[in-house]
Amino acid sequence: MSVSGEQQIMVTVNAVSKSYRRGNQPVPVLEGISFEIAKGEFLALMGPSGSGKSTLLNLIAGIDTVDSGSIVINGVDIATLDESELARWRASNVGFIFQFYNLIPVLTAYENVELPLLLTTLSRHERRRHVEAALDVVSLSDRKEHFPSQLSGGQQQRVAIARAIVTDPAILVADEPTGDLDRVSAGEILELMGRLNAEQGKTIIMVTHDPRAAEKAHIIRQLDKGLLNDVSA
Amino acid sequence: MFLLKLLFRNAFRHRLRTLLTVLGITVAILAFGLLQTVVTAWYAGVNNSSSTRLVTRNAVSLVFSLPIAYQERIRRIEGVSAVSYANWFGGVYITEKNFFPNFAIDAKSYLDLYPEFVLKPEEKRDFQRDRKGCVVGRKLAERFGWKLGDSVPLRGTIFPGNLEFVVRGIYTGVDTATDESQFFFHWEYLNETLRKSIARRADQIGVYIIGLKNPQSAAEVSLAVDATFKNSLAETLTETEKAFQLSFVSMTEAIVVAIRIVSFVVIIIIMVVVANTMAMTARERIGEYAIFKAMGFQAHHIAGMVFGESLFITATGGGLGILLTFPVARKFGEVMGNFFPVFQVDSSTLYMDLVFCLIVGVIAGIFPTWRAIRIKIADGLRRIG
Repeated sequence: MSVSGEQQIMVTVNAVSKSYRRGNQPVPVLEGISFEIAKGEFLALMGPSGSGKSTLLNLIAGIDTVDSGSIVINGVDIATLDESELARWRASNVGFIFQFYNLIPVLTAYENVELPLLLTTLSRHERRRHVEAALDVVSLSDRKEHFPSQLSGGQQQRVAIARAIVTDPAILVADEPTGDLDRVSAGEILELMGRLNAEQGKTIIMVTHDPRAAEKAHIIRQLDKGLLNDVSA
Repeated sequence: MFLLKLLFRNAFRHRLRTLLTVLGITVAILAFGLLQTVVTAWYAGVNNSSSTRLVTRNAVSLVFSLPIAYQERIRRIEGVSAVSYANWFGGVYITEKNFFPNFAIDAKSYLDLYPEFVLKPEEKRDFQRDRKGCVVGRKLAERFGWKLGDSVPLRGTIFPGNLEFVVRGIYTGVDTATDESQFFFHWEYLNETLRKSIARRADQIGVYIIGLKNPQSAAEVSLAVDATFKNSLAETLTETEKAFQLSFVSMTEAIVVAIRIVSFVVIIIIMVVVANTMAMTARERIGEYAIFKAMGFQAHHIAGMVFGESLFITATGGGLGILLTFPVARKFGEVMGNFFPVFQVDSSTLYMDLVFCLIVGVIAGIFPTWRAIRIKIADGLRRIG
């Protein structure tokens, strides 16, 4: 499963296998998965629970490691990076959007968005500029001093998206980003992700159970029992 | 700055838990400080002893006396600058509860050997002129409301009879570490009384105080004094004032050791309490640490957060404990002044407080830090929701 020759490849997943141990027994999760994702693509990974879609997302995002195979992102084989290099790579290349937003409850919206920038060499003034721009993108500039508990679910997810894009990463990975939201809020989040993809050219990989959410993606890939067995565009 | 803000807010995320932990540390450091101050007070006599003074007593026991005639023979020994003497009187003022140390001393020479007792020249002169005169410490005078010219009766317990004294001087200590609770009167007055009642106990003294020309010669002079009275009816044992004081403290060594052990146990207990708080905190935040790691924060960042919070909590509790130690120790010293005439928080106690706060903070943070930095991001994220 490869992208067309004209498109620039962002992600190459090559013969990736991954298993977990339950006691002494290895439980295979992914078996020889191979596919490519073009730059600027919006990909939805679907499949039943336990199909390995979140595991595949974690491998691409560099927060888990493959048992065999390779994952090359923007020319970097992330399987060859040690833990410290991988952390630095994630900081500058990946933005995370989680199902439960995962904001730090003791920090304001502004401070939550600022967090990834603390790992950069930007000055305080430059950080402020980046954070305000990111909050502007998600239309939450007026809520920047609010703590997560003072925001609705949809607003929290928008803050999480602002945090994901503030370092201008090449890839956004989203694990069930609308899974904890009502229909209206979910629609707003998907709309926002669509805009980020269309206007800023972000490559987005989204895991979802929700067919309506998947419809927003350009490509839907189905995972079942560790195998990538369906492609639809 | 951001990290400090995060530490502060994290520390007070569970306000009640943090406040109780801080309170526990405060009480522990306060208890440790007070117990260590009790130990310091116990050794106050030893620490304040002079290196220029020797004490000579009967070689058999302090209970046995020495002849007054020894004074001149000691004075002639090479290296001796002055000789005085004193008897522990052990008198009671009205009731046994009013305990304070009282000594019959040689009024002419004794105070000259103790420059730490500061007495106005006119009071000293009045004391020396009046055979029934006495000199009392400032704290003792304050305790009983005595003024110059007041009459003070003491009932003998070791020696028979009741003696009446007139307060002729009130001394102050040259520094705050000086005992200001002693009572001195004329040995001559006691001796006259004894001649009338128990003549065989007259002309005897409890200890000789020897002033040294050179502190370095303490060992030689001690040997020379004891050699002078070897094979006499009352052989002597001469030692430095410090060794003399230590011989009293050593009688109660077991109590001091017990107090020390209890003070360290208090620290160990609070270490376990703080470690438990930090372990609970880390367990609750394991998902957040995973998020930080996913964003690119590394082990040293996570360690900084956990250790920083642990140190922040212990520093807050420890700081409050140290601050409270001073007023509480002052109050304690006032109440227990009979037993601890000098009750001051020593600088070494403060250093120990600080070191133990640091140790508690670091040790309490080790396990949660280890746990937080070892967590796999994917595992940590699974715990959220």
